Amino acid sequence: MRSTEGSQAADKVDLPSLDRSYHDPRGVLSTLLSVLTGAATVVACIPLFSVLIMLFWRGGARLSWQLFVELPPTAFEEGGGFGNAIVGTLVMVGIAALISVPFGILAAVFLAEFGPDSKLASGARFCAKTLTGLPSILAGVFAYAAVVMVTGTYSAPAGGVALALLMLPTVLLTAEEAMKMVPVRMKEAAVGMGCTRSQVIWKVVLPTALPSILTGVMLAVARASGETAPLLFTALFSNYWLIQDGHLGLMEPTASLAVLIYNFSGMPFENQIEMAWAAALVLVLLVLVINIIGQLLSRQRV
Amino acid sequence: MKVGPVRCLWLLLILCGLLSTSVGWAGESVRLKGSGASFPFPLYGLWFKEYGKVNRDVIIDYQAKGSGAGIKDFVNKTVDFAASDAAMTDEEMAAVEGGVQLLPMTAGSIVLAYNLPDGPKELKLSREAYTKIFLGQVTKWNDPAIAQANPDAKMPETGITVVRRADSSGTTFVFTQHLGAISEAWTNGPGTGTTVNWPSSDKFIASPKNDGVAATIKQTPGAIGYIEYGFAELGKLPMALLENKAGKFVKPSLESGQAALAGVDLPPDLRAWVPDPSGEEAYPIVTYTWMVFHKKYDDPKKAETIRNVVKYALTDGQKVSGKMGYIPLPDNVVQVVSRALDNIQ
Amino acid sequence: MALPATEREAAFGSVREMATGASISTPPSSLDIFADRVFRGLTLIFAGLTIVLVLYIVLEIGGKAAPAMQKYGLSFIASTTWDVNKARFGVLPEIWGTLYSSVLALVLGGFFGISIAIFLTQDFLPPKLEVIFKNIVELLAAIPSVVYGLWGIFVLIPTIRPVADWVHQHFGWIPFFSTSLSGPGMLPAALVLTIMVLPTISAISRDALSAVPPRLKEAAFGMGATRWEAILRVILPTASTGILGALMLGFGRALGETMALAMLVGNSNQLSISLFSPANTLAALLALNFPEADKRQEQVLMYAAVLLLAITLLVNICGAAVLRRATVRLSGGGK
Repeated sequence: MRSTEGSQAADKVDLPSLDRSYHDPRGVLSTLLSVLTGAATVVACIPLFSVLIMLFWRGGARLSWQLFVELPPTAFEEGGGFGNAIVGTLVMVGIAALISVPFGILAAVFLAEFGPDSKLASGARFCAKTLTGLPSILAGVFAYAAVVMVTGTYSAPAGGVALALLMLPTVLLTAEEAMKMVPVRMKEAAVGMGCTRSQVIWKVVLPTALPSILTGVMLAVARASGETAPLLFTALFSNYWLIQDGHLGLMEPTASLAVLIYNFSGMPFENQIEMAWAAALVLVLLVLVINIIGQLLSRQRV
Repeated sequence: MKVGPVRCLWLLLILCGLLSTSVGWAGESVRLKGSGASFPFPLYGLWFKEYGKVNRDVIIDYQAKGSGAGIKDFVNKTVDFAASDAAMTDEEMAAVEGGVQLLPMTAGSIVLAYNLPDGPKELKLSREAYTKIFLGQVTKWNDPAIAQANPDAKMPETGITVVRRADSSGTTFVFTQHLGAISEAWTNGPGTGTTVNWPSSDKFIASPKNDGVAATIKQTPGAIGYIEYGFAELGKLPMALLENKAGKFVKPSLESGQAALAGVDLPPDLRAWVPDPSGEEAYPIVTYTWMVFHKKYDDPKKAETIRNVVKYALTDGQKVSGKMGYIPLPDNVVQVVSRALDNIQ
Repeated sequence: MALPATEREAAFGSVREMATGASISTPPSSLDIFADRVFRGLTLIFAGLTIVLVLYIVLEIGGKAAPAMQKYGLSFIASTTWDVNKARFGVLPEIWGTLYSSVLALVLGGFFGISIAIFLTQDFLPPKLEVIFKNIVELLAAIPSVVYGLWGIFVLIPTIRPVADWVHQHFGWIPFFSTSLSGPGMLPAALVLTIMVLPTISAISRDALSAVPPRLKEAAFGMGATRWEAILRVILPTASTGILGALMLGFGRALGETMALAMLVGNSNQLSISLFSPANTLAALLALNFPEADKRQEQVLMYAAVLLLAITLLVNICGAAVLRRATVRLSGGGK
């Protein structure tokens, strides 16, 4: 930039004009780039709307309250819904979040605060990055070996573990980046006031980094809600409610929206195909709602 | 992070509301789990749901993950029963402790669906024609091998795009088994299997699952591919009439499927293949699909439930299979299977 | 690093208060110190657990793959046949497909993602609109892979087919366009993959850009920079570690994407640089063949999985090296 030349030039001739002139090539370039990025943003939104329109067009006819309280229909059955799948997705993503979020954040704290240059930290960072490339089906296969074979049954927690594997790298890496972005002087001020390192983290770093950590968590949650392959191997599917006979069937095969969509979209039966599209719509809306709740909660920080 | 108590209460209320809508009630229930083939998945789903409506204390979950995965689950004892389009091999059966009972539950046929807007309404394909198409040797629709069987129609000059399965599947297995039975060139070439080495040509494209292949055929003029009868019938895709062993061109239908199954004697372990059925009206590509059970269950209630469910499937269940695109079991087969039920204790 | 005046006073002020017994700040009590130790230990454990977890996964998969690795060795990587009946396996087309599609997705997704991040953080829009667009872009991550696959088949491929045919006819001499698009292929797969990694890159880059101290931007403006000069020469470099982190995360995601690609990439064992030819990826190969695989096939597929993990590893090593060189170059200024 012309900082040094500018200050010398200022002694001599003209200061750069504060108005943006349309003939000035720098200004034109700037405007051009603005238009380009604006266009890029709009173009990037097109697929979302295209997908949503497709979902509405093919499944919108099925949207009704029934969807939330009824069980999946069979081939030519009238009505039906996927209430159990919604509950199943919420439960399994909830379990996955309960596992991966504390895990990820605690590990990230170590990576960002307590031992950023240590060998352990480099190793953990490296492992987390390697984990980002884990195909979803492998997460399912691994969780099958680790949970399903051990407990002897398909279950919601097994699905939760598989999803947690997929969520963990995103949560961990974004949390680490978020914590690194907290200005150093805020941390030093806290230390100056007599905080232990942990208190600095609890009272200063985490609250400040929370919105960015939440972004990472939301991205991970969004992805986990839509994954099919891991659930096929761990939670299977069920055409029944999670709570049968008044008892919580957590260690039984559990329905989920992703598997429902996978199953029904591959059927030749119109009613089930429509249901698949409706389920996809509901899934996207569900994630949006979770996203908004997350943003509302994080806005309450000190 | 401060969340007000009021907001907490709201969240809690919403959660309780959600959970309470999801409560199902039944008495002391028996729960069976199964996984396996995707071919019979819609039918089994219907059967289990209908059975569950009448017998409210029985809950059966079945998920399609593939025949191979289902057998694996069965051997690992993570499911109570499995379903397979390819029955089980001897070594798989030996790996199951306590013995395994295979029961054919229904059958289906595989059709060649095509997309030829300028072509004949009822395309006839001779054995030579369709084998060579899938070997990549016949590449245009107006090839003499095809035109011979369709003398009244003007075949367009379009190139043939072959759509095959991208994923490993029982459908591929049955189709390639049939091709292997009628053509030595096929056996020496791609061979039989759930996934084979298709001829390398950029006119061979792949899509996953039956619906993927059906969708690709629908969208690609000049395409031909192999899918299950139900998908072609319900998706209103034109199906080719195939030349059978007796030399007749047979249209895929319930009757021609049953004619193909009728002539087959089931061996004692109930694993029967029909790679090239004889019979005047027989449609050439048909297969049974099996459910796989343990011979001995720890819980006698489970065994009893299984026997009841299978009995239902063999009687009322067969009545609905037709309209869903499956071939109802011939009566003699139903009898044999009912007798084999006693082996499940 | 020296504290500026205000914080310095606050720190000394607290020491003064300690001496006089006033209460805003106190040295940590023994309970605090204990809690500190416990917390530190906890974070250490979880960082270690991360390594243990990945090692466990690698061992588990590697263990299953070992027989196949012994049997086929390196010819597996070099061969292009996949014949189950003759037991000849090779995944070179899949390795190529994985890398090609992921690099395309990274380039396109990176371009769009960073552009969007810039657009949404540099005051181009009123804050309310920023929030709306932010949510829209993040929603892209919520769409299930299966739905992307179906959208690709029913909407994307028919839409780009005429364009692809035109390009092939007129520019077929360029190797990238040398075959015709018969349906699924590299381009639709790469486009959908771009859309799938876009939210990740955009959201994390957005956070990185937001974290740049405003005074840096103000300083740039004060020196007469146009808005874009400030962005390109001051803000982006400052946020570069965060943005590079976003790109690495996006790339990892692209490498591992399974279902959507399985439906769109064409699943053909052809090795071609053409954007329109069908291809295959390691993850898709795994997903489509695993459910029906018998013991022997399963081992071969696990070998392919090991290769995929190895590729992710290699990419991360390269990425870390690039990162190190970038931070060395940039840490002269900025923060």
